[in-house]
Amino acid sequence: MKLNEEEQAMLAGELGQAARLAIEHQIKVGDFFGAEDFVPVTQAHIMADTESLGEAGVRWLESLSGHGDSRDAVRIPTITDPRGTDFAKAGMLKQAPWMLTLERRTIDAFVKLGVSMTDTCINYQTIQAPTRGEHLAFGDTGVVIYSNSICGARSNFEGGPSALSAGLTGRTPRYGFHLDAHRQATVRFQVDWTPQSLNDWGALGGVIGRLAGNYWSVPVVEGLQGYPGSDALKHFGAAMASFGSIALFHLVGITPEASLLKDVGGEKLPVSHRIGQAEVKALQASYAVDDEIDVVVFSAPQLSLYELRQLADLCEGRRFVRPLLAVTSPQVKPDADRFGITGRIEAAGGQVLSGMCFYQSYAREIAEANGWKRLATNSAKLVNILGGYGYVPMLASMEHCVEAAQTGRLA
Amino acid sequence: MSELPDHTMQGSTVMEFKARHAIGLPVTGEALVAHDGFSARYDLDRINGTFTRPAHKLVGQSYVGKVLVLDTAKGGVASAWMLHEMASRGIVPKAIVFNTVNPILAQGAAFGDITMLAGFDQDITAKVPHGATVEIDPANRTLRVL
Repeated sequence: MKLNEEEQAMLAGELGQAARLAIEHQIKVGDFFGAEDFVPVTQAHIMADTESLGEAGVRWLESLSGHGDSRDAVRIPTITDPRGTDFAKAGMLKQAPWMLTLERRTIDAFVKLGVSMTDTCINYQTIQAPTRGEHLAFGDTGVVIYSNSICGARSNFEGGPSALSAGLTGRTPRYGFHLDAHRQATVRFQVDWTPQSLNDWGALGGVIGRLAGNYWSVPVVEGLQGYPGSDALKHFGAAMASFGSIALFHLVGITPEASLLKDVGGEKLPVSHRIGQAEVKALQASYAVDDEIDVVVFSAPQLSLYELRQLADLCEGRRFVRPLLAVTSPQVKPDADRFGITGRIEAAGGQVLSGMCFYQSYAREIAEANGWKRLATNSAKLVNILGGYGYVPMLASMEHCVEAAQTGRLA
Repeated sequence: MSELPDHTMQGSTVMEFKARHAIGLPVTGEALVAHDGFSARYDLDRINGTFTRPAHKLVGQSYVGKVLVLDTAKGGVASAWMLHEMASRGIVPKAIVFNTVNPILAQGAAFGDITMLAGFDQDITAKVPHGATVEIDPANRTLRVL
C-alpha cells in the first residue's frame, strides 16, 4: 500500500504505540484485498461484546490502552455497538459475575482510548446519520448495510479490531465499498409483494440475502410500493446482511444511489429472482416448529422509540406468563422512560433493557440459566443467529409475539 | 477484489490451486470440506471446537487443527474477535480456505494470525476431497492437495 508521510510516521511509532499497532493491522488487511492506499474516515463504530472478545481480546485491549501515553487515543469520533449486558438487568438475565467483570474491564480500556460508549447498533437513528459519500469504518453488519444503502455512505464490514484501528488512525484501507466499482448492482430482483410488518420486511431481506450469496453481491430490487421508512428498512437490511453477508443493496426509486435502475447498472442485468409473498411466508414457516414458547425477545436491531411505543400499545391490559424482553439503546431508553413507554411494557410483566443486544449477551449461558429454548421474536436477523446457540427460534409479528408472552403459545 | 489469473495444475499425484488473496504462515493439514458458509458466531460451539448450527453441512464435526475448505464467509462482525479468542485457546482451525471471503474473516485472520486463502476461479470445495491432506503456502497463494 502507498503510505503518505503521516501514515509512515504512524508505522514508525512516532504517533504512539497504539497507532503503530493499528496501522500494521490495517496494512495486513489492505494488502490482502489489494488496497492501493488509505481513505480518511469520519467516524468509527466498534463491535466488541465480551462474549466475542473473551479473556484474550480483553487483555489485548488492556495492553493497547495501558501505555500511559496520551497519544494512544482515537483520532476521530469512535463509538460502540451494544455491550454484553445491561448492568441494571444482569441479575434478571442470570448472567454470571465473571461476565460483568469482563464487561467492566473492556469499558475501562475503551474509555482510556477515548472511545465513546454509545452501546448501540442503531447509531444511524440515534447518534448521527451518515451522509451520502461519507467514508466510514463501521462495525455491526446491520449498521453498515443501512449506512451504505439507505444513507449512501461508504463502509466495509469492519470487525472490532479493524474499526478500533480506524478510530486510532483516522483512516481505513481503500477497498470494497469505498470504491465506485463495487457499488454497482450485481444481481437483480423483482419483488411483486410489498411487506407491511417489520417481521415481513426482515423475512424479505433474509430471502434476498440467501439468494444473493456473498459479501461482494449487490442486490438491486424493483417492484416495492411506497416508501418503507427507517424501521422497516432497518429490519430489511439487518436480515439481508445476516442471511447473506450483504453490505449494500439498492431499491429502485427509494435508496439514494438508485433513483433509476440504470443508475446502478441494473438495466444490464437479467432478472435473476422473482420474489412474492409465498417466498417470504416460506422462510417464516421454516422457523414455525413449535406451538409453545419459553421467552419473547425484541432485539437485533435495538428498538427505536417508535417500535417501543407500538410495543407498549400492544401490552395494554395484558399480563404476561412468559418473559418478554425488549432491548433498546441508551439514547432511546431515557425517552421511553420519560414518555411512560417503559412503564407500560413493564406493567404487563415485560422488561426493557438498554445498551445490550440479546445475542451478544452470552445467549447460550442465559438460555441454560433461565431454561429458555423456544424463543419468539419479530426479528429475522435474530432467528438466523440463535439456532447456533441452541435455541429454537420462531419468527412472528410483534402482535403475535406479545400474545405468545400472554398465553405461552404462538398462534 | 484484485483479479489475477487462476492457475491449476493437475499432475499424476498433486493438484495445485492458486488463490487471489492470502495471509499467514504455511501449514499442512487434513481438509474439512463443505459447500457451505462460515461464521464463528452463527455456526460453532467455540468452547468444544465443533460445528453446531443444525443446518450446517459440517454439523457435529470438530474443526480443531483442520484446514477448513468452505464456500463463503457469512454472518456478523464478531468473527474478527472470535478467531483471535479461539486461537488463544488452541481451539481453532489450522487454516481457512474460501471461494469468497468477506472483510471480517480476513480481518480476523490478520488479527488472530490464522492462515487464510480466498478467491479461486473454480469452486474449491468441489476440487479438494474431504479428508485429503493439503498444503497451504500463503507466500505463493497456493493450495496443494498431497
